[in-house]
Order: sequence, then structure tokens, then C-alpha cells
Amino acid sequence: MAFLSLEGLTKKFGAHLAVDGLSLDVEKGEFIALLGPSGCGKTTTLQMIAGFVDPTAGAIRLEGRDLLAIKPAKRGLGIVFQSYALFPHMTVAENVAFGLEMQGVAAAERTKRVTETLELVGLAAFSGRFPRQMSGGQQQRVALARALVIRPNILLLDEPLSNLDAKLREEMQIELRQIQRTVGTTTILVTHDQAEAMALSDRIVVMNQGRAEQIGPPHEAYERPATPFVANFLGKTNLVNGATVRPEKISFGPSGLVGKVRTRIFQGNHWLYQVDTANGLVTVIRQNTGEAMPAEGAVVHLVWSVAP
Amino acid sequence: MRAAPYLLSLPALLLFAGVVIVPLVMTVLLSFHDWGQYKGIEPVFILKNWQEVLTDSYFHEMFWRTFRIAFFVTLLAAVLGAPEAYILNRMKSPWRGLFLLVILGPLLISVVARTLGWALLFGGNSGLVNKALISTGLISTPLPFMFTETGMVVALAHVLMPYMVLAVWAALQRLDPQIENAAVALGAGPFTVLRRIVLPQVMPGILSGAIIVFALAASAFATPAIIGGRRLKVASTLAYDEFLNTLNWPLGAAVAVLLLFALIAVVVGASRLVERRYAQVFG
Ligand SMILES: Nc1ncnc2c1ncn2[C@@H]1O[C@H](COP(=O)(O)OP(=O)(O)OP(=O)(O)O)[C@@H](O)[C@H]1O
Ligand SMILES: [Mg+2]
Repeated sequence: MAFLSLEGLTKKFGAHLAVDGLSLDVEKGEFIALLGPSGCGKTTTLQMIAGFVDPTAGAIRLEGRDLLAIKPAKRGLGIVFQSYALFPHMTVAENVAFGLEMQGVAAAERTKRVTETLELVGLAAFSGRFPRQMSGGQQQRVALARALVIRPNILLLDEPLSNLDAKLREEMQIELRQIQRTVGTTTILVTHDQAEAMALSDRIVVMNQGRAEQIGPPHEAYERPATPFVANFLGKTNLVNGATVRPEKISFGPSGLVGKVRTRIFQGNHWLYQVDTANGLVTVIRQNTGEAMPAEGAVVHLVWSVAP
Repeated sequence: MRAAPYLLSLPALLLFAGVVIVPLVMTVLLSFHDWGQYKGIEPVFILKNWQEVLTDSYFHEMFWRTFRIAFFVTLLAAVLGAPEAYILNRMKSPWRGLFLLVILGPLLISVVARTLGWALLFGGNSGLVNKALISTGLISTPLPFMFTETGMVVALAHVLMPYMVLAVWAALQRLDPQIENAAVALGAGPFTVLRRIVLPQVMPGILSGAIIVFALAASAFATPAIIGGRRLKVASTLAYDEFLNTLNWPLGAAVAVLLLFALIAVVVGASRLVERRYAQVFG
């Protein structure tokens, strides 16, 4: 039996189907990413698990128990909100201690666990600060510590990194993954960033208009997308002779599909080509190995191996 | 060109000086003039009025009453207005707008009309308010409302309530919409969420609302004049009486100026305190 299972989870707002019969089994300790474009129902799904939105139909079970029968305050879930929702009038330590206080943990034990958790997220030195006095990345970590300190059954993360700049986001991804491995908490992450979903999760749920289009490990979803939507959402694609081919799988060879380079863009570690062929425009990505590459206007031959 | 901003604000500054500063300075000067029943106002410089205002127990009582009423009005407005704003904020779309209008609507009606309304409701022992209170069993004999501080506090609190609701409402708007959910997810019950999470964050709003309500209550004229009449005077009605009934303008000026300065001291002191207390947290 799965640790957490969503069974035909559905939410209607008026006539609008925000989540449409979503079913998902999550194993203990697993890291799941809900991935999809804006408005596809990711947050709504998360909020139904958290208990802030009531499903129109369907069930949620945690270790076999009906989660919907339990009040949000009693579910014991750790949630990191997109806006962090830190308590601005409390210090970092007070923020983190709040959940323990609600559980009635004794003061001495509370202090110990708060210190431990702040060390885990690398904020031990900041316990006396107020949230306003911290950077976005630090606030994000406080939110994570606040959610983790209560030792939640499940950690729910709603776009926790979307407010950070690109570089910090990458650092936090690595850190988040490390922390999740250390504590081993079952985690559900909501994101619209496919790179983030693939970097962090054991399995991805690609959502579109309230439905799960594909559920599987990132590599599998990327290599064998179940639908054109998944293929397009997870990365650039070419449709050549009815087959979907990723741009980085195509290389220039001595013979093959003939084409003429329309544009060539240098992107540091790789080159991005747009090639005009008899089959239409084909996107090609080649690693930058330092070798000379075909210039714009050059005639090239494209080769690729069809996926098994 | 750097003078341009100053030049552009000159008309407004002139107007401000003309209608506020000049009359104010004249009032202050007036408070030092002499006055006699038969000689009228004499433009001399004496401290008699100030001595009288500062030492006579009659004036002490008057100012004490003014600030006591203002304090209870503020308290009542906060105790009723803050929950009112919170409930309003949680309402769904059509109702919210409707009730906001209901709460702010009184601002569109003259203070005199609203206070006369209260005077009618209070009116004597058979007033509606007393009838209602007796029929609900809260009291057994009619309470005096007209010409009492209780009546003044009730009427002023109603008149000034919108200011408190608006101030708290503004503070509530600044709350993170997920903040209550965050506390609930950590195991907090509804009452704990209110007391530990919402209230501390809207406290600056309540306090700034309180400062406004206090200042307006202490300087209010129409409501005390109607409810208190000439039997129960406060500082503003007293100044009015000195000006228009006794015709002792210098004494009235001293009362008015003292009220102004006392209010400025209270308001500035209070907002300093609020700012210092919350600067670190709410930046
Ligand atoms: N309270 C609500 N009332 C009505 N419609 C809603 C409500 N909440 C969400 N919706 C609608 O449900 C759909 C899914 O919303 P949801 O917030 O789950 O999207 P999302 O996948 O999280 O998008 P984003 O990436 O932009 O956060 C959207 O079309 C949204 O407009
Ligand atoms: Mg969302």
C-alpha cells in the first residue's frame, strides 16, 4: 500500500475544472514534483492535500487513513508557501518554534530542536533576526526549517524557489535535495520550472488542465514522453518524419537529412541551431567542444538515431 | 531649476499659512489679552487667562473629562472596530463591498444628523435604547444617556468608528493571504491564529486608528454639544461657550490653545512610541 495516495482527486470552481480526476501513489521518502504550466491546478492539488481546499470528489489517504476526515491543523504536514508566509512579528527562532509550541513540546526540547533545524538549513547564526532583516534565500530557509521542525509526515512545497534569482535558485535546489535526503521526508514539490522538477524529484507528475498527462521518473518522461504536451513541456522538441526528436540528439554528419543553417546562437556551453530542411525547421543543440562549427548559411547533413 | 519644486508648492503653502498658521498665531496671541465685562478685549500681554486655565479646578475637571471620554471612545472603537474590520475582510466579494458601504456610509452623513439620531434613541427614560436594554434584561431601570459621559462615549464611538475600521482594514490588507493557513498547518487553532498571528500584525493599524480616533474624539464639538448640551461640557464646547456666550474671547482662546497643545503632545508621543516599537519588525 502506498504511503500517500490521491484517488480521483477533483476540484471544481463553479463550472471550471481546476483538478480533474488526479490519481497518484506516493511511496514513503519519495520526492514528487507536480509540474505544469500556470493555472493547471498544481497549487489547488497541494491545497487539497493540506486541507485548505475541499475536493469536489475523490479521496486522499495517508497510510490508509482518510486524510480528508482530519482537520488541517491535525494533519501534521509541513508546508512551505510560495510567499513563505513567515510570521513577520516573530524572530527566526520563534517562527521555527511555533509549530513545536502548538504540539506542546517542552521548552528545553523545543530550543534543542529549533537549534538543530536551524543548523540543518545553515541559519544557526540568525535565530534572533526578524524575517524582514533577511534575504529572500534566507527567508526561504526559515520557511523550510519551520516546516521541517515538526517532523511532518509529508513536506509540501509550493514553488518555494520561484522568488529567488537564477543562481541562488540553483544553489537552493542542491541544498533542498540534500536536506530532503538527510531527513528522508516524503516531499511533494509544485513547480512550473521543468529543470527544477527534473533536478530534484524521483518522479514527475506532468499536469495539464487539471489532469496528469504522465507520471514517471524525470529521465523516462524526458526520453519517452507519453503525449506531445509532455514532450514540449519538458524541453525543446523536433517533429521529424512523425517522430519526436530532442535537439541535442541530432548531430551534423557527412550524410543525412540535408538542410541549411538559418540561425546559429552561441549559449556558452552549447550552440543552438535552427536548420531549414525539407521537413521544416529543425532545432539542433550541439555541445561547445571548442571545435569550429557550421556557420549561418552553411549546408549541413543532420543525423540522429531513433529512440528504441 | 532646483527651486522649481518649492515654487510649485508655494500656492499651497501660502494657502496653508493663510488659513491655518495665521489664525492659529492670532488665537495664541489672543489668549494673552485681557478681557473685562464692560471694557471688552484689551490687546495687552498678561498671563491671567493661562493662570486661570492651569490652576482653576473647574478647567482641570473639564480637560480631565475631555481626555477620559476620548480614551473610552478610543477603547470602544478599537474593541468593536477591529473585529468588525476582520470580519469584513473575510467576507466574500458581493457582501464585502456592501458591508464596507454600510460601515463607511455614516461618513457621508453629517455628524450633527448622526448625533441627533442618537439623541432620539437615547431620549429620556423611554428612549429606544433603554427600552431595548430593559427588554433584553440587561438592565432593570433606565440608564441616563443624555447629558452623561456614557451617552457621549457611545455616540462618539459610533461617529468615529469608520476611522478605526479603515485603519485596521488597511493593516489587514497587508497581511500575507497565506499567513493564517501557515499557522493552521503548524497546528494552531482558530483562536490561537487570531491572538498570536493576526492581532500582533494588525496592532500598528489598531494603534494608528486609535491615535486618529482619540484626536478626533478629544476635539469633537458637534456630538458633545448635542449630547452634553450646556450641562456637561468638554474642552471644545467650553471654548465655544467662552467665545459666544460669555464673550470672553481671550479665555476661550487659552482653552482652545491648551486643548490643541495637549492633543499634539499626546498624538506625537503616541506615534513616536508606535514607530519605535514596530520599526524593527515591520520596517
Ligand atoms: N479560489 C478559486 N476560485 C476560483 N477559481 C480558482 C480558485 N483557485 C484557483 N482557481 C482556478 O483554478 C485553476 C488552477 O489554479 P491553481 O492555483 O491550482 O494553478 P497553478 O497550477 O498553481 O498555477 P500557477 O503556476 O500560476 O500557480 C486556475 O484556472 C485558477 O484560476
Ligand atoms: Mg500555484
